[in-house]
Amino acid sequence: MTARDQILGRLKRGLGRDRRPTDSAEARLAARSAGIIPERGADKSAEEKFSQFAEEAGKVDATLQRIASLTELPAAVADYLAGHNLPKTVRVAPSLENAPWETQPMLERAVGIAVGADTVGLSRAFAGVAETGTLVFLSGPDNPTTVNFLPPTHIAVLRADDLAGSYEQVWARIRAEGGENGGKTQLPRAVNWVTGPSRTADIEQTLLLGAHGPQRLHIVVVDDDT
Amino acid sequence: MESTTRDFRENAFEARRDPQLQDALKRLGHGFPLKRRQAAARLPEFERLRDQAREIKDHVLENLDFYLERFEERVTEQGGQVHWATDAEAARQTILEICRKAGAKTVTKSKSMIGEEIAINDFLEDHDVEPIETDLGEYIIQLRHEPPSHIIAPAIHLSMGQVEETFREKHKDLPADRLLDDPEKLLTEARTQLREKFIAADVGLTGANMLIAETGSNVLVTNEGNADLTYSLPRVHIVIASLEKIVPTLEDATAILRVLARSATGQEMSVYTTFCTGPRREGDLDGPDEYHVVLLDNGRSELLGSEFQEMLRCIRCGACLNHCPVYGTVGGHAYGWVYSGPMGAVLIPGLIGIDEAGHLPNASTLCGRCESVCPMRIPLPRMLRAWRARQFERQGTGTAGRWALKAWAFLARRPWAYRRLMGWGVALMGAMGRGRGRFRRLPLASGWTNTRDLAAPEGDTFIQQWHKGPRGDASGERLRRRG
Repeated sequence: MTARDQILGRLKRGLGRDRRPTDSAEARLAARSAGIIPERGADKSAEEKFSQFAEEAGKVDATLQRIASLTELPAAVADYLAGHNLPKTVRVAPSLENAPWETQPMLERAVGIAVGADTVGLSRAFAGVAETGTLVFLSGPDNPTTVNFLPPTHIAVLRADDLAGSYEQVWARIRAEGGENGGKTQLPRAVNWVTGPSRTADIEQTLLLGAHGPQRLHIVVVDDDT
Repeated sequence: MESTTRDFRENAFEARRDPQLQDALKRLGHGFPLKRRQAAARLPEFERLRDQAREIKDHVLENLDFYLERFEERVTEQGGQVHWATDAEAARQTILEICRKAGAKTVTKSKSMIGEEIAINDFLEDHDVEPIETDLGEYIIQLRHEPPSHIIAPAIHLSMGQVEETFREKHKDLPADRLLDDPEKLLTEARTQLREKFIAADVGLTGANMLIAETGSNVLVTNEGNADLTYSLPRVHIVIASLEKIVPTLEDATAILRVLARSATGQEMSVYTTFCTGPRREGDLDGPDEYHVVLLDNGRSELLGSEFQEMLRCIRCGACLNHCPVYGTVGGHAYGWVYSGPMGAVLIPGLIGIDEAGHLPNASTLCGRCESVCPMRIPLPRMLRAWRARQFERQGTGTAGRWALKAWAFLARRPWAYRRLMGWGVALMGAMGRGRGRFRRLPLASGWTNTRDLAAPEGDTFIQQWHKGPRGDASGERLRRRG
């Protein structure tokens, strides 16, 4: 008997049956219904979502700025780096290659996966969740996961229209935008929720930022992304 | 891991005498409970979310086989592999085999309680694969060859000075005169050491906070981001998880995440919550080529259908440890195995047997704080009592204890005998203690009098006094009539 049969057999015995009717479980998988969504996660106007998101992100030590369109992104990145005395080199996710980088000739860019020597990573968030100031990243050819985690400074670009009230709204959107195949949810290889920069309190419960992931998280909200 | 649970008494005494540990426990007792309380107060729906979390997990346990099969199906469809392991040895062999096939020299590890449970580090080391813990606390205790003393804060028992000492001893290649006098410098040193290891590792081994049947994903929750570097950089990702980690849908996982961090650290949400699904996809620029999930039973299927089934709702947040007066006094190591605190006192006997872990369910005042803060509303005190009952049935209680309990039961069932005996005893002690009003030493009660005096009774039992009424007034009579 394989380990699988052994374990499943024991479970069925423990549940007091050979084969329990699984209707309620089948139904639950098919329904994927949201449970209680706290009031703070309720959907609201775009402006309300933005101010709640900004406030929550601030509470977890992220910084945030708002720009009108992607044309302003290169300057915003350059200013941020200068403001923090960081070297003028950025690891850029392919999804942000189309910004007008030529407007910042001094800014050195490398496109693709992050490597150990990178100091700043720039990537695009799929969504923001106002409930807790959380960013959601999806992995894919345009968005390598390592850019979000390896460089010590992370700049995330988020379209204002992509702000959701709750996490559940983001799941629904992922399913609606191609993450569903014959009734089955198809997630990208990695879905990353990021709520503030990396931290640890493992030494005497002293809170320190930047344990392994980025020490700084800067969020650039873009109003018009066309 | 080898257990020293039999030595709980000795371990506990030692822990009480360790000033550094006592300092650390004091910090813990102030910090986490306050933060949890504040987080709960900020979310009006918190109590309802706890009910909901309990319901989700109860439903899962009633359909555990179904959801596990679905999960396996989904993982396989997406190019991953599920391995079933009945016990720790099977899980270790499976992991080693995957490492060998991958030609792995080093394995980075993101903190996993199941990894501790199967003692995977020692095993890999013995087979020439180097495991590297990457959670800061876990890295520190790995260097010290110690087990974790808390589920979510594994190095909570150590002072900054002890960490400095360990780093100086183990990081030999660094200048001896470097400054390491604050937590920031210690973190920077660990971060630098681990960075190269992350990049060089051949296999990344993580636990799972949850598994999702709908999508075939595993959920990882960290604050440091170490899990994300662990699964995204090496060529192979292995997930080790126990059976009960499964939840039905993304929505169910989300519902549980809303209570997890709030109960654990008082955060609204942990910094990094990751949903990994299968290996690298076509066109992906990074991510592992192989994705394996090792599903571990190790005694859990035996808990299903038993009076301890509800323990399988546990999401390992650590809230019961943070609020437990016993854990707060002796710390995690005294429990002698991987888990500790109230959840450990219930789970450990279930996994390694009540004969081995008999002390643990007894080391409790049953004050109920654990149950009152458990996000999954696990009735921990009830289960501690259930273990005591089982132990009594199995003759695990000592002879003196059994006789005392039997004698007490005899008297408790015969109130007249109980009262008469108590009357004699109290009268005798009252007469003996009349001079001083207290006893310095008392036969059969040295457990009490060794460390403190015992106040002498005044001569009558409570019931005798009740019948007499308060001295010199008739209110006792009135009270009795009303009552």
